[in-house]
Amino acid sequence: MTLEMYLDLFSQPCRSVYIFAKKNNISFDFMKVSLLEGEQYGEEFGKINMIRKAPAIRDGDFCLAESIAIMKYLAEKYQTSDHWYPADLQKRARVNEYLSWQHMGIRMHGSKMFWLRLLIPKIMGVEVPKDKMDGALEDLEGSLKLIEEKFIGDKPFIAGEQISLADLVAIVEIMQPVGSGLDVFEGRLKLSAWRDRVQAEIGKELFDEAHQGILASQEMVKNMDSSKMQIFKPKILRLFL
Amino acid sequence: MPLELYLDLHSQPCRSVFIFAKKTNIPFDFKFVDLATGQQYGEDFGKISVVRKVPVMRDGDFILTESVAILKYLAEKFGTSDSDHWYPADLQKRARVNEYLSWQHAAMRAHGSKVFWFRAIVPIITGSDVPKEKMDSAMEDLTLSLKVFEEKFLDDRPFIIGEKISLADLVAIVEIMQPVGTGLDLFENRPTLGAWRDRVKMELGEALFDEAHKTIMDVASLPQTFENNGMLEFLKPKIQKMFN
Repeated sequence: MTLEMYLDLFSQPCRSVYIFAKKNNISFDFMKVSLLEGEQYGEEFGKINMIRKAPAIRDGDFCLAESIAIMKYLAEKYQTSDHWYPADLQKRARVNEYLSWQHMGIRMHGSKMFWLRLLIPKIMGVEVPKDKMDGALEDLEGSLKLIEEKFIGDKPFIAGEQISLADLVAIVEIMQPVGSGLDVFEGRLKLSAWRDRVQAEIGKELFDEAHQGILASQEMVKNMDSSKMQIFKPKILRLFL
Repeated sequence: MPLELYLDLHSQPCRSVFIFAKKTNIPFDFKFVDLATGQQYGEDFGKISVVRKVPVMRDGDFILTESVAILKYLAEKFGTSDSDHWYPADLQKRARVNEYLSWQHAAMRAHGSKVFWFRAIVPIITGSDVPKEKMDSAMEDLTLSLKVFEEKFLDDRPFIIGEKISLADLVAIVEIMQPVGTGLDLFENRPTLGAWRDRVKMELGEALFDEAHKTIMDVASLPQTFENNGMLEFLKPKIQKMFN
């Protein structure tokens, strides 16, 4: 039985898993879970992942959630090139360090920006108050600064000379606010140069394919039926407003 | 040169690193970073880590932040075949540990920390209780995380990966203990959680568990420390952000 990957490419962690599997020629069935339509709350998906988030995989009778756990599992099972998750103790620690920091370090801020700029105005019918927007932007900028100064530093990639899971997870998160129309690379030379290197390693075609949806999201959200998205109202009120 | 661990046991991730090193007999120098006095923002600590958080590990000239990365590094470097259960080599078991360690950042850790701040710290800084609506919301999030923990991560297993304790249980328990330190008994009416807590305590050893948690169980002394060190004004903007 083929590996099944439950994905929606609007989601950053779905993109990293998708890119990783494709780049390493790991065959899988792409099982689309439409997040903005609430498919993650359906009965079928609940059997795959009761936490109701994507990505999730089913490998035979083994179900697994969390993109980082998934990629490490795939790296080990399919014996992908060492540089993705190096066996060297210190290099691996650097990758783990980034993968741990990034959850609250950048993922949270980039995601928030996407919601504040695109989804909340659509669903709630109001612009987000300026002080909240400014606060979110400040947090995002702080994160990007730390990524440039500490995690990339003067190295080509986060773990050193070669691309790893850390760079992959970083780029998909940074692309999220970009999808909302915020050019985070403008004025950030080091980040842009790193982005170019990462794109070259992944391959432009695969990178663009994975990001096609999110980069068209401004247009897509405009055309969405906001009545179908009211399911997200309580989450929005609780998390953002 | 022995391993250095920069720690403050007020911090959950510092506790997991402390407990793991002690439990597995890894010798280290305990370098105290006094969070209540803002030592993490000082010049000296800035040379250790620009991220200005704890824990930090220094092994020779190798400096590492992030407790999850530190725990995995220590497990790998000092591990033996007997201690495999902490971070098993078995593909699926390891994946389960990784799954928990990943999920917990934005779930158990975030929600437990928030409840801790709202109960123990914010009232000291702002001089008044957190608005009911925000406190209820924070409690709801924590309650949901605990539910997911019991139903998905524990289910009917003694420990997260099955028969043996792993890094996942260690990281889980220190986070759950944070709001408990403020006087909130999260184990009451949660028999599955309570039974798991007892098992974890037994595996770690009660003396070590209590030693690690002594500081957080004594948060009543924090207000005076904050005041003595000019932390009140300093923390105000950070707290404002928490409400944004």
